[in-house]
Amino acid sequence: MTADSIINGLLTRFNADITDSRKRNEKRHVVTINPGALPEVAEYLYREAGCRFIIASALHTKKGFEIHYHFSKDECGLVLNIHVVLSHDNPRIESLSNMFNASNWIEREMHELFGIDFINHPNQEKLISEGNWAEGVYPYRKEFK
Amino acid sequence: MSNKFLIPIGPYHPLQEEPELFKLYCEGEIVKDIKWETGYNHRGIEKLAESKTYDQVFFLVERICGICSTSHPFAFANAVEEICNIEITNRAKYIRSIIGELERIHSHLLWVGLAGHFLGYNTVFMWAWKYREPVLDLFEMITGNRNSYAMFKVGGVRRDIEGYKIREIRKVLDEVKKKTDLLTGAVMDDPVIHARTKGVGILTKDDIIDYGAVGPTARASGVDIDVRKDDPYAAYPLVNWKVITATAGDVFAKAEVRLLEMYESVSIIEQCLDGLEREKEGEINVRVKNIPEGMGTGRAEAPRGEVFHCVFSDGSNSPARHKIRAPSYVNIATFKKSCIGQSISDATISLAAVDPCYCCTERLAVAYDMHTGEKIMSGAEIIRSSAGKTRLIMKNLNMRV
Repeated sequence: MTADSIINGLLTRFNADITDSRKRNEKRHVVTINPGALPEVAEYLYREAGCRFIIASALHTKKGFEIHYHFSKDECGLVLNIHVVLSHDNPRIESLSNMFNASNWIEREMHELFGIDFINHPNQEKLISEGNWAEGVYPYRKEFK
Repeated sequence: MSNKFLIPIGPYHPLQEEPELFKLYCEGEIVKDIKWETGYNHRGIEKLAESKTYDQVFFLVERICGICSTSHPFAFANAVEEICNIEITNRAKYIRSIIGELERIHSHLLWVGLAGHFLGYNTVFMWAWKYREPVLDLFEMITGNRNSYAMFKVGGVRRDIEGYKIREIRKVLDEVKKKTDLLTGAVMDDPVIHARTKGVGILTKDDIIDYGAVGPTARASGVDIDVRKDDPYAAYPLVNWKVITATAGDVFAKAEVRLLEMYESVSIIEQCLDGLEREKEGEINVRVKNIPEGMGTGRAEAPRGEVFHCVFSDGSNSPARHKIRAPSYVNIATFKKSCIGQSISDATISLAAVDPCYCCTERLAVAYDMHTGEKIMSGAEIIRSSAGKTRLIMKNLNMRV
């Protein structure tokens, strides 16, 4: 599948759940979706489009907790960023670790550093600071005035 | 009495470049389960990057790994240059690729040496590390440092490669090629190495896709991914080279991929040196005034696989968020597949086969019986056990031990 056919397939199939789509250059796309649609979108990218899950980047902004799930289509050098925004008060999203093991560690890490809950994660234990860090304190969270 | 016991490898262990704790749950000689604890070396680099200027972040990220210290600046530069939408000069591209490939050569030589050590072939270890030295000397000549080269900056590189340096690099590469022939011969034709590494620690194509593994680990299982080819950057699209793959997915295939990759690296560097000579003199960097607001994803193929950096800029002189993913982060998780069902003496080489990024510290690991608390096996004894298996095979083959 080419980069364009993957993006077009995504835009057509999940039209109702896509809130924004930006093409930064030929090989970099950012598609913002409703958090609820993440498992279906990931399923389409991983199983049908043959994309590889690279990693996810979480960040805390005034909008809430943002996660960029980076998928790579290696045949055409495409990096597709699936962007979701979670609320400040109750950041929760479905885990992808039951679909592929590649997201297991990074979801644990995001849970530990940002306090984001990954629903149905097989093993949401601390990855980095087991036994060495206070419960309920998330070092990468920010305070906004 | 149960015969299950636990062997901890780490947190500090000669098997590992970084401190990590692997717990091998064994029944008799066979590894039944593996668990790990990471975080011993967590330095909060992503958080630190938010308090550094873009120029300073280069020095920070090249300290993530002491062995592939240029792959992180490489990926970071690619990410920031994507935000700025700038194209660097050809001269800078060639220099970047030369540094990247020299690093691949010395990193692969280091791995070959370590793999030899775990198998009880200390001569391979000493040879490989001896032949690695001239490459480190080259780095000292080009950059002033044997490691952490401080070569990269947004928009180009900090130092040029010209004149006698080009001649010196060619001379060392000729030598590296000869020594690679020697090492490749020693590894590929040795019946004992075949017996110890073939069919050991197999990762299937499906395992690689499931765990998202990258680099030689993936290529040895027939997954043809290499960022240098798939998403070309620096001078890689300007030179001819091929991606090395194998299909068996075992330790031998991983060794084969790494050894053959060294020839490709030598060829890439030679072509880049030709390129530098063709270009004659020219700028090695373009001036970048400020980093605009935006997001950039940069990738680079480190010796161990794809390094991924995602930089979020708010228009200030520091990254608002900087996410880093090193290749070992995804490769180490494959131990769950490669080690279970193996014997303890094969587990060491299976762990080492993905070339997890190591720490230079060595400390004794001691195994205790899960039930009685009695000491069973030390880290040094695990390596001795692996070397002992090699000697046994040699004896069975009527070879001189």
